[in-house]
Amino acid sequence: MVVAVAEDSRGESHVRPWVEQAKAEYWCLIDPDHRVASLYGMSNVPRAVWIDEDGRIVRPPETAGSTDHFRNMDPVTLTMTPADQAARDAGKAFYVDAVKQWVTTGRHALDPSAAREKLPRITAEIALAHAHFRLGVWLRQHGAIEEGSRHLAEASRLHPESWNMWRQSADLEAVGRAAGPGFWARVQALGDKPYHQPPDLPGFPTT
Amino acid sequence: MTTILTESDEFTVEATNGLWLAAADSARVTGWTLKPEGMCRDDQCVPLPSTAVRAGRVDVEAFWRRLGNPVLCADDRQTWVVGTGADDRNAGLAGLMAPDFSLRDQSGTPRTLSDLRGKKVLLVTWATW
Repeated sequence: MVVAVAEDSRGESHVRPWVEQAKAEYWCLIDPDHRVASLYGMSNVPRAVWIDEDGRIVRPPETAGSTDHFRNMDPVTLTMTPADQAARDAGKAFYVDAVKQWVTTGRHALDPSAAREKLPRITAEIALAHAHFRLGVWLRQHGAIEEGSRHLAEASRLHPESWNMWRQSADLEAVGRAAGPGFWARVQALGDKPYHQPPDLPGFPTT
Repeated sequence: MTTILTESDEFTVEATNGLWLAAADSARVTGWTLKPEGMCRDDQCVPLPSTAVRAGRVDVEAFWRRLGNPVLCADDRQTWVVGTGADDRNAGLAGLMAPDFSLRDQSGTPRTLSDLRGKKVLLVTWATW
């Protein structure tokens, strides 16, 4: 069973066209407060967690097959070379195949000690950031735009690795801003660091 | 009336002087119950400083800070967030039981993760932004 969670503070009406287009038979849930990101320690999308029949995490949050090839995009046309596009598709296909192997054979599930090692570490700053994020979204929903934005900015300051917080805040300021010049500047500032850490699956195509 | 936001809920309560709540309200919001030995949850009790309890009311802000959990409020002090602390979050994950949640789908139907026990679940996040 797939549970797809939209980390989208604009809520149901904004998300609906995407969900309808997917014609999904699995659950498509809407998470305006980014509660799932907070619960599982996720700082970007797409992130996936594998949960077994007993409700146990057998793969903690990891990139759901996305790669960093988008970073080579032409900044003007926002297009990728055919080679980069193919490599990106290969990453996604590999990940979906790994999920299918898990479902049919149990492959790629981690034992508890290996799973525990890969858990995110939540710091006091991150916990406080989520509280500011919650208040910021609520205040904006209730018309206190400027004050809400202040709390969202504080959330990003406390948890600078969270692309979810920064990009959601940018999107609330104006649709599209999450992928605007500010975003690309932040991506560039990563330098050699990954935007999407590749999933730790043997053979995952990274080039 | 004062609004209190927790991780998954929103409460409207009568608060005085910041976040002083009647014992019943503080139990409802925090999950901790006022007893003679302090604030208690399951078999665990945390002593409250004498300055944080008076006439059956609890200074939830002071209690929450004592636990090391985030608590903050809007400028008008009418809306508060009583957040989950890092220790609780890490302890929850370390047990490897998938943290449970309920969220609505696009039709407004509430869906609860733990209702899928017995099935393998791929929990995946995405966004429009």
